[in-house]
This record gives sequence, C-alpha cells and structure tokens, in this order.
Amino acid sequence: MSASLRAEAAVSPWQLRWRRFRKHRAGMASLVVLALLVLFALTAFPVRHFTGLDPDATDLFARFDPPSAAHWLGRDEAGRDVLIRLMVGGQMSLLVGVLGTGIGGCFGLLLGICAGYFGGKLDAILMRFTDGMIALPLLPLLIVLGAVDLTKLGFSSEFARSGAAGFWRIVIIISIVDWTAIARLVRASTIVVKERDFVRAARAAGAGAPYTMAAHVLPNVATPIIVAFTLTVGRVILFESVLSFLGFGIVPPTPSWGNMLNNAQELVISAPALAFYPGMLIFITVIAVNFLGDGLQHAFDPRSEK
Amino acid sequence: MSELVALDGISVRFNLGGGGWFSGPKRILRAAENVSFAIAEGETLALVGESGSGKSTLGNVVAGLQTPSAGRLRFRGREIDRETWKAARRAIQIVFQDPFGALDPRMPVSAIIAEPLLIQGTATAAERRERAADLVTQVGLPLDALNRYPHEFSGGQRQRIAIARALAPSPALIVADEPLSALDVSIQSQVLNLMKELQERHGLSYLFISHDLAVVNHLVDRVAVLYLGRLVEIGGREEVFETPSHPYTQALLNSVPRIGRKRARGHTIKGEMPSPLHPPPGCVFHPRCPRAADICRIEVPELLPAPGRDGQRAACHFKE
Repeated sequence: MSASLRAEAAVSPWQLRWRRFRKHRAGMASLVVLALLVLFALTAFPVRHFTGLDPDATDLFARFDPPSAAHWLGRDEAGRDVLIRLMVGGQMSLLVGVLGTGIGGCFGLLLGICAGYFGGKLDAILMRFTDGMIALPLLPLLIVLGAVDLTKLGFSSEFARSGAAGFWRIVIIISIVDWTAIARLVRASTIVVKERDFVRAARAAGAGAPYTMAAHVLPNVATPIIVAFTLTVGRVILFESVLSFLGFGIVPPTPSWGNMLNNAQELVISAPALAFYPGMLIFITVIAVNFLGDGLQHAFDPRSEK
Repeated sequence: MSELVALDGISVRFNLGGGGWFSGPKRILRAAENVSFAIAEGETLALVGESGSGKSTLGNVVAGLQTPSAGRLRFRGREIDRETWKAARRAIQIVFQDPFGALDPRMPVSAIIAEPLLIQGTATAAERRERAADLVTQVGLPLDALNRYPHEFSGGQRQRIAIARALAPSPALIVADEPLSALDVSIQSQVLNLMKELQERHGLSYLFISHDLAVVNHLVDRVAVLYLGRLVEIGGREEVFETPSHPYTQALLNSVPRIGRKRARGHTIKGEMPSPLHPPPGCVFHPRCPRAADICRIEVPELLPAPGRDGQRAACHFKE
C-alpha cells in the first residue's frame, strides 16, 4: 500500500466529530434554525436601508395597527413597526446571549480547569473566590454595577449615553454573575479526569499542562460543559430582559426580545400578538440551542448512540 | 551489551502528612528504598514482587512519572537532567496495566497512537497519520481501526493500541507495567508474542513489571525481585528460577501453582507483607523468613553476589 493511501486512512478528530454531528438530525436542524435566526436579525440592516423603516419611529395615530402590506406584523403600542423591532431586538438578544454566555462561560471554564488540574493552594484560592461570588447577593450587586458612572471610568459622555454602552454594560454584568456554576462543574470533572492513566501517559510522553488540558481534559469534560452552556444561553436571554426591566442595560426605545416581551405584559389581553412574537422567538432560540447542545454532546462522546 | 538506563540508589518516599502540631507523628511511606539496577540495550528485565512491593513506583520513576526522593537516574551513561530529559522521554515509553484507562475515550485511535509525536513536535500532521497507519498494522490491527474510538475494541486490542502508541516515537525502552494482568489467558500469550516480535524487529528493551512468574519466564533475560521497596535479588532468568538465592525468591517460586506438581514441599511464606509505613528493622523480610536469625533483626543485608554465581546477587545474610 502506498504511503499516501496510508496517510489518508486516518481522519483528524475534528473531522470525525463533524461527521458524528452531521448524523445528529436534531442538532443539524437546530444549527439551520439558529442560522436562520441570525439571518433574520441581520436582515434589519438592508430593510432599514431600503424601506426606511425605523424601529424607534413612533406614530401615536397608528397604535396597534393590524398587519398590512407596509407593516407585515402590524404596529405596537407606540405605533412602531413590530417586524423591524423584532429584527433589531434579535441582534441585541442573540449577541447578549452569545457574548454573556461566552465570556462568562470561558472565564468559568478557565478558572475551573486550572483549579481542578493544578489543585493545592491555587485550587483553594480560586474556589474560595468562586464561593465568595456565589455568596454575593445578586440584586444589590446588579444595582451597583448598573449605577457605575461610565464617564468617571474615562469613557466619553456620548458613549456613556449611547445604546452600545448599555449593551456592553449588560454583557459584562452577566459575565461577572454567571460563571460560577460552570467553574465548579468543570473543576469537579477535571479532578476525575486528570487522574486517569491516559493523562499520565501524555505526561510520560512529555506533555505540558496546557496541552494536557486542551487535548485530554477538555474533551472529556465536554458533556457537562455543553449542557451548562446551552442552559445558560436561554437563561441569559431572559436575564437580559429582567435587567432591562430594572432599568440597567438595554433600555427602551432600543428593542430586545426580552424588553419587548416585558412591555407586552400589560397588553397581553388587548394585543396578545405583541407578546407572542418575541416570546416565540426566545422559545425557538432556547430550544434550538438545547438541541444544538445535544448534537455537540453526541459529536464529542463517541460512546453515545442516538 | 551497553547500559541503556541505570537506577542508582533510587528511593521514593511519599509524605502522607503529619508532623505538624496537631496532626500527629509524621507518616512517610517508603515505596522504594535504595534500589539500583541497570537495563542494557535490547534486554528485558522483569521486576517481580507482591502487590505493594514498589514495582509500579519504580516503573513510574523510569518512565519519568515519579520524581525519586533520592538517588540518580542515568540514561545512556548520562544523568537525566533538564537537558537530557526530552531525549529520555522520547526514548522511554510506558504501557499501563489497565487498557481501559490508558486510552483517552474521546480520541480516535489514530490520534492516540500519534500523540507522543504531536507532543514532541517532531512530525507534521501527515507524517503522524502515516506513522499511525504504519504502527496499527504492525501490532496486527486493521487500518480501519484508525478512525474508531477505544470503546469499540476488546481488552487485548486496546493493549495492542497502547503498545503501538508506545512505539510511535521509536523508543529504546518500553516500561510495561503489568501489561497482561487485565487480559484473558489466551489473549495474554498473543500480546506476549507480539511484544517479543516487536523487540526482535526494533531492538527494544523492556522493563517488564509483573507478578506472574510464568509470564516472566517466557519473555525476560533477567529478573529483579522486590520486597517492600527493596531489591532482594537480581540475576539472569535461569539462575534465579533454577537456583534462587534469597529465601523470599524461593518462597515466591514455590508458590507458583503448576499442573502435575505436588503442592509446595518446603516452605511457603506465611503472613502479610508489613506496611511500608513501618518497615521492620534490619532485613525487612525477617518477620516472615524461615531462616531468620538475630543478625537479620539488626543488620540490613547488602546486595552481594550469591556464592559461586557472579551474575546473581541477593540481599540476604544466609543466601544460598
């Protein structure tokens, strides 16, 4: 057999994982759904550009207008176009969901894996820090963080009042609050994995800590991490609406699915559609992320049978 | 034969805590005490002894998984330090006892086999894949095994994968830590033959850790007997098996059940091995030794040649 044929006989682990993922129907379907949701959110840019629809433009004479050719999903309680608001709100909600989970999750992951892998004093220090974070009462912390005056931190006053500042404020608040569960989960799984013979075998071959963590520990603790991450995404999207409701972060008129849902609360009898659309989109997102997590688990765990 | 790896007065002690104000007396587990032996190029040395005798600890020391508390380790005549460590890691590989724990369940076989090359950064991705394909056929597995995961294989096949992995960086020595004890008897002989074949093909040395003397008799050139972390006897296989010098070795050989032989004439050993936390004074074997005399309780015997047999050394005041 020729050398090239032999070289082709082995496929890289990532290719194998992708193959396994592709066979997971629900996971693939969720990937498509999530891609469509992102596409839907991004359509706001061309729609605004070509039709001139403004998500913040009010028209109090056209409150609760039913769907029409110009406004496909009708108008809300301030006469704003619902469809464009859903698109722009999608950008906010999806970005907050992904960034909040991503930043907080990666921080928790890094902290947990280091604590579990190195153990000893570092473990004790990092875990007491985590316990401390868990012990902090959430609401007062949020109010303090929400009240931080950005101009005092050296940002310009235009930035501090802009929507971007609110957006980043909320991402950072969520990241700070939401990493503890993942850190503890990862630490516990890491401690189990690092004692296994295959980790010792890698060390016998001369592997350092970063390699061992990336190549052996991470894939073997992937299952609980993926579950935690997918659950977090949904929670973060809803958490954002709670924060917005309290007045921190994304404040009206800038829409997000969360604050649209909140605003529609009082109108749920008179205009149920206003609650239905953002609620449905959040629902679909959370479900899709969960099934995507299922697919990823299947891809990472070669023993799982579908 | 030139020396490949040499242990010189290696001791391994584990501090189990204690020694503080409130934590009681200091507790030190002596897993290995002052052990010296050498492995030559192309040679197979067996480390035998009961469980808890420190066999695996010494294997880990040779494989670089355990830093000795005292003593020196030489590789091809040079002491292993920061500079020679990398070369030594490449040249000394380890095969573990449990083939289910030794392979990462989330890695395909091709990645497992080529991992030492990846870690050492000595081969490109294409070269690694080719090497994995080459090795997987060498250990008698089909090429399509490469893209499968460890759970799809039986214990014997997994041990073949572990051996293929150990072979990847073209090592000079493989530390085999009871590689057969988790396998069925019929599979044991297959893996044993594979190891023999690979040794002939690549000129490998083995440090073969085992408690199964029948298996040892099949494969090895020399035998080192450990008791409670001490080397009690070392010598050529035939000498040790035919004319054991140390009473512990004699008892160990007597305890091997054989078909068609009447149950142990002479002495088998009674009792348990003492705790390595509190080793007995003098010769550590004296509480169980049929020949123990007063000197054994006081003076530690040195490892010296048995009478009339230069290649066979034993640590006993009354060696035969």
